[in-house]
Amino acid sequence: MKVISLNFLTCAVKSCKSSGAAFPLHPKDAELVQDDIELNAQMLLNILPRLDWAALRTNATELGFPELPAELPTREALEADEKKLKDLHHLLVETQIMEGKLVCRNCGHEYAIREGIANFLLPSHLV
Amino acid sequence: MSRPEDTLAADIHYNDSEARKYTTSSRIQNIQASMTRRALEILDLKSPSLILDVGCGSGLSGEILTAERPEDGGPHTWIGMDVSPSMLDVALQRDVQGDLLLADMGQGVPFRPGAFDAAISISAVQWLCNAEASDTSPAGRLARFFDGLYASLRRGARAVCQFYPKNDQQKTMITRAAVRAGFGAGLLEDDPNTKNVKLYLVLTVGGSAGDGRGGDITGVVDGMDNVDVLDSRPKAADDKSGKGAIKKGSKAWIVHKKEQMERKGKVVKTTSKYTGRKRRVAF
Repeated sequence: MKVISLNFLTCAVKSCKSSGAAFPLHPKDAELVQDDIELNAQMLLNILPRLDWAALRTNATELGFPELPAELPTREALEADEKKLKDLHHLLVETQIMEGKLVCRNCGHEYAIREGIANFLLPSHLV
Repeated sequence: MSRPEDTLAADIHYNDSEARKYTTSSRIQNIQASMTRRALEILDLKSPSLILDVGCGSGLSGEILTAERPEDGGPHTWIGMDVSPSMLDVALQRDVQGDLLLADMGQGVPFRPGAFDAAISISAVQWLCNAEASDTSPAGRLARFFDGLYASLRRGARAVCQFYPKNDQQKTMITRAAVRAGFGAGLLEDDPNTKNVKLYLVLTVGGSAGDGRGGDITGVVDGMDNVDVLDSRPKAADDKSGKGAIKKGSKAWIVHKKEQMERKGKVVKTTSKYTGRKRRVAF
């Protein structure tokens, strides 16, 4: 489970659909792994406006990363500063949660992550 | 030929041995690859994008998304979801680049609105037509899937779902569910009337027609070779000829009637700017 996916995933439980607290999911007991993946600057700049920066800040702190700046960096700032872009790439794409759980703050449902794959299958009464 | 969809649920059918068979068969690999390339051609992505792969299986189609060359708009980043743990296990062993998620598309698409630039699904959607439990129905699962997919795509995005319908009824059921969710939908048929027929459900999400994306669904295949557009939808009202087009009682209708009468040789008052006007109340 990459951090980029975490920034887009919401709780899948039906009653959480209308709740603001169902996003973001909060990692718990997470074991992190760093991969080596080639930087795809165009893709990052492309999804930049769609990132939920507040959620990313929360998740990054929860995963033990140093605190991110309060404001979403602008496209120009990232294009000019390759180090910033690399840091973002490192956090979003190269960092993987291998084992652990994702917890929804609204309903308390825990999604298990094993070998980097989150289990979003739900029992039918929650769908 | 027997259909695996008819016998078992997807997560049970694709057990360890089936998943390995599926992934190591060079025939299946070739077919999957060509279908993914076709889907990418329809998606027409100009820059590296974030793509959702529904029913990603062992990541055969994902690999092609990753390997897309820069001059064709790649390489793309993808997030795959699949219901079969064995398939995902094979994907892990093959060390695919995309992020994987164990999720049932019939339970919805658990992403926040507007997350993806595009979505593809290769040979998966037909599984939704088989509801294995008593508390779910194919219609309900299709609706949840397409509603979730529609929400998770950004405006102006496209989705291409290649699927194998069992019969025309399934084809209609799937297409209807997509349209009901709000998609602009069209079916692209490759090699029609042969054994190798491949059916692609092409979906668009809103978007302005101004930037050349979105708009009418037939616009998607503009500029593609060997594609015939069969449009069975009723044409818009202004194209119609005859009675329906002109509102009865309007000036145009009166003028039309007067011309008719004139042709019949009747004496008709000349048409002026006062023709068809209401008289003032004070008259």
